[in-house]
Amino acid sequence: MTTAINPGHLQFLLTGAFWTLILSLMAFLGGGAGGFLVALGRTSPFRLLRILAAVYVQIVQGTPLLIILFLIYFGLPSLGFSISPLLAAGVSLTIYVSAYLGEIWRGCLESVPKAQWEAAECLALSRTQRLFKVILPQAIRIATPPTVGFSVQIIKNTSLTSVVGFVELTRAGQLINNSIFEPFLIYIIVASIYFCLCFPVSAFSQRLERSGAARLRALKAVSA
Amino acid sequence: MSIVMLKDVKKSFDKLQVLKGVSFSVAPGEVMALIGASGSGKSTALRCIDRLELIDSGEIVVCGHRVNDPQLDLRKLRLDVGIVFQSYNLFPHLTIEENITLAPRSVKKISRAQAREIALASLAKVGLSEKAQNYPEQLSGGQQQRAAIARSLAMEPKVMLFDEVTSALDPKLTGEVLKVIEALAASGITMIMVTHEMNFARRIADKVIFMHQGYVHESGSTDILTSPRTSELREFIGDELH
Ligand SMILES: Nc1ncnc2c1ncn2[C@@H]1O[C@H](COP(=O)(O)OP(=O)(O)OP(=O)(O)O)[C@@H](O)[C@H]1O
Ligand SMILES: [Mg+2]
Repeated sequence: MTTAINPGHLQFLLTGAFWTLILSLMAFLGGGAGGFLVALGRTSPFRLLRILAAVYVQIVQGTPLLIILFLIYFGLPSLGFSISPLLAAGVSLTIYVSAYLGEIWRGCLESVPKAQWEAAECLALSRTQRLFKVILPQAIRIATPPTVGFSVQIIKNTSLTSVVGFVELTRAGQLINNSIFEPFLIYIIVASIYFCLCFPVSAFSQRLERSGAARLRALKAVSA
Repeated sequence: MSIVMLKDVKKSFDKLQVLKGVSFSVAPGEVMALIGASGSGKSTALRCIDRLELIDSGEIVVCGHRVNDPQLDLRKLRLDVGIVFQSYNLFPHLTIEENITLAPRSVKKISRAQAREIALASLAKVGLSEKAQNYPEQLSGGQQQRAAIARSLAMEPKVMLFDEVTSALDPKLTGEVLKVIEALAASGITMIMVTHEMNFARRIADKVIFMHQGYVHESGSTDILTSPRTSELREFIGDELH
């Protein structure tokens, strides 16, 4: 009853890859927005916000993504909220990504020297102005390489959403395999498609890191 | 009426008392040199004046603002006080012109064109007109420090604080920065400068405060630099000359 792999299967895989991309984008945008709030919370002058953000990060980082997915997809309906696989996957990834990106960005915010905050303060800029006009533009430069690097993790981690039945790339591979049973061939193809999605991103991240390091060397040469 | 007044100011960091009851005052247009050995509390005193540090007791009044008052409008204080640090602290992501226009535009809500005019005028004062479009990293240390001074000046403060603004520079670059400060002093702006440049202090200061172990140990006209009354100041000046 097994048949050979055919163009229809390939097209099915590509559709899955498309959903993997959509999911990654949702995770990146949602998680980015959440992560921004987490980073602001972690560096806030208000103790309560700092604590809330830290607790959130600890809880999310201490929970496997798979469990977050189960909680959202199976847990919420049992409380009376029905939720589609796409939304469940998007929400779970958003929660997961916001904690990690939040921590990465907190580090970037904190790596802008305190003297920059102070110089802006002495010029009578308000705290919001200091943050948005002086600190964030510098933090964003520092944050770009690790953020792009983390995007690769996001793409790969979307594969976990296959367990709640969302048909992204991994799930598409599983479904095809169920019908033609060619696991080695199919998962090699799936892996190559993941590679094609991730490679440009990680290459870009490495280039950013190199040019960042080069700029830093140039800066040091100037100030030396 | 004094523009800056400190009365019995005490300040500790944890268990270390850095200011042990400091009093002095600066009159409008006066140039005050704050000297003393490393660790004597000069920077701390300056930072307290701009409320970058909170004091434990005593009183500071700057341009009519009671600095230690919890109700103080910090923005108004910062509008009246300009401060320049040893490490320039220019904003690296902005051009020199943008560094200077940032505060006038976002704090004083001045139009782009007008802010630009102000920036160019204050760059001219420090002799950096041709560097307006450069980034800080493209400037020498001395140029960066002059740009930092221009950035402060553009806010038209009533009093300028300088904290060892030439200490990070080699002698050649020090000269160009001191020249700018000297011109400022001549223009009549009130200033307090922490400095290790004794000859410079003697030339431009109206008043000298010598801090020693958290106290104002000796103060007076620049004469005290040539004929100190206390042995501590005599020793300090001796050390500075060698
Ligand atoms: N934020 C701080 N936390 C703890 N200790 C501090 C802090 N700032 C200054 N100190 C300590 O206070 C003392 C006085 O420091 P301050 O910077 O005022 O001295 P200074 O007279 O400016 O010295 P220098 O000539 O070296 O700049 C020093 O012992 C310093 O270690
Ligand atoms: Mg100092």
